[in-house]
Amino acid sequence: MAVGVHSEFSGVEGDFIELDGVEKVFDVRKKTGFLRSERRQVRAVDSLSFTVPRGEMVGYIGPNGAGKSTTIKMLTGILTPSGGRLRVAGIDPSRERTRLAQRIGVVFGQRTTLWWDLPLIDSYRLMHRMYRIPDGRYRENLDRCVELLQLADLLDVPVRQLSLGQRMRGDIAAALLHDPDVLYLDEPTIGLDVISKARVREFLRDLNAERGTTVLLTTHDLTDIEQLCRRVMVIDHGRLMYDGPLTGLHEVGESERTLVVDLERELPPIEVESARVVKVEGPRQWLAFPAASSAAPLVARIAAEYPLVDLSVREPDIETVIAKMYAQGGAEKAVS
Amino acid sequence: MDEKPGFERSVRGDGPGRADASWARQGAYARLREGVRAYGMIAAMWIRSTMAYRASFVMTTIGNFAGTALDFVAILLMFSQVDRLGGYSLPEVAFLYGVAGTAFGIADLALGSMDRLGRRVRDGTLDTLLVRPVPVLAQVAADRFALRRLGRITQGLLVLGYAIAVLDISWTPLRLLMIPLMLLSGGVIFSAVFVGGAAFQFVAQDASEVQNSFTYGGSTLLQYPPTVFAKDLLRGVTFVFPLAFVNWLPALYVLGRPYPLDLPTWVAFTPPLVAAGCCALAGVAWRAGLRSYRSTGS
Repeated sequence: MAVGVHSEFSGVEGDFIELDGVEKVFDVRKKTGFLRSERRQVRAVDSLSFTVPRGEMVGYIGPNGAGKSTTIKMLTGILTPSGGRLRVAGIDPSRERTRLAQRIGVVFGQRTTLWWDLPLIDSYRLMHRMYRIPDGRYRENLDRCVELLQLADLLDVPVRQLSLGQRMRGDIAAALLHDPDVLYLDEPTIGLDVISKARVREFLRDLNAERGTTVLLTTHDLTDIEQLCRRVMVIDHGRLMYDGPLTGLHEVGESERTLVVDLERELPPIEVESARVVKVEGPRQWLAFPAASSAAPLVARIAAEYPLVDLSVREPDIETVIAKMYAQGGAEKAVS
Repeated sequence: MDEKPGFERSVRGDGPGRADASWARQGAYARLREGVRAYGMIAAMWIRSTMAYRASFVMTTIGNFAGTALDFVAILLMFSQVDRLGGYSLPEVAFLYGVAGTAFGIADLALGSMDRLGRRVRDGTLDTLLVRPVPVLAQVAADRFALRRLGRITQGLLVLGYAIAVLDISWTPLRLLMIPLMLLSGGVIFSAVFVGGAAFQFVAQDASEVQNSFTYGGSTLLQYPPTVFAKDLLRGVTFVFPLAFVNWLPALYVLGRPYPLDLPTWVAFTPPLVAAGCCALAGVAWRAGLRSYRSTGS
């Protein structure tokens, strides 16, 4: 571990991202009359403290407007925090944004960092020079990304002609050409089809395992977290509500998954002890069961006793989990 | 190409060589050099991509040329009715027009994309520029670098050439030197206006029209002799918003015409100073704009 170079700043060895009491307050002007406006302060992020060690892959989740993107923007140096202390690789992002840029990769799910009207390969060539990536390193990284993200046929296509999934893969490659130590992904799977999602997840898993790249990803899709992250942080109203493993989140939130079964014909609600029917619509029935338990025994039971045609399992969405956490009351205490 | 060849070999890890973007911590000179380097490579890529469609490039350049030439056609039409405009003959007006058009063309070629900044702030794509290790100003300025804007410069130079050929100017070395001097200073002054206007768009994202009124509007204003305008306007563009230094003051010296507002002769030589001052102001405005964006978000 060669954290030593910046050790004058970094605290505990190995803590790569450090936030201590970070705040971001926005002044929001609201029009109240023809020329009058009211100023109101909105706390987008409120005394946020956490650390991420090098090489960890962390999910950062929360409902819309919870402060996820604001946090990412502060971590990349786009936004200047209103208060608190923030370090990434020992660098204060807002003060040394451009120096930090060499060491981080950023993927914004909603907007591309690629040059919209140019062929994909032109964006990569420009990154090569912009980040001063050594030639050998650039070729190696590009080849690897092209192979694993299946970009070979897309390199000469202008970015605006790419599908969302293709563009996302292109963006991820662009964020990795300069060997960043940390990769921020803001909604990397939003709007992607199942195959694209799976491909992106697999790539990220390999990247983290092989290169030890620290990954922080925000998402709406709990499956992303389930398949990628051992640790999850939940933020709401700018505050950290939970920090720990995903299973713990399900326990805290008492969340439930839903098993959707299609039977051969209309039948009265299925009766099994480990689940309860929440909805019936013709031959289709919805059963809720605890998210922390496995679906397999439940499926086996139903298949044995009922004429099963088809089934699917739905993950609880984040909003529901968080709502339940609130209902529980002791949400704040869940923060480790 | 860099005085620190060592970093090229530093591959992964945390070696100080990786963070060559330390230019940000160095002085203004390093920042400028880095900005020019980034500008150059982004612009070069846009040129390469434009050249992939040569026919289209030729057509749009001709279009740009013809579109801007219409301004001069309007002046020609005016002179078909009158012999003098504000006491100036056609070649004299053509001289003013040529200088203003070329100077503006230079700025438009270099920084014409800057009026897109407001849109970038609104749709959030500015954020993607902020996570790259090169100055934001260079990225915004070089974005969609369009060589077709050479059409405007060509057109301005042609009109200027016509004026110089027809006018009976008693050339002195000083007057000759004045021509490149005012084209360059004028280009820089307009560039500063572009940057200043873009900086304003950080605060008011729909202000690109305001900016256009100063850039395009300003260059149209300068195509006419100062004598046709009211004194207050002249004072404004001399002392407040120094467009008069683009062509009026230096060009009147070349033409041997009396100055507006009874200014002394030596002001003809001040455009480089005014240009430098404008750049400094625009730079301050840009940094303030970017700082406000980074503290408030979009």
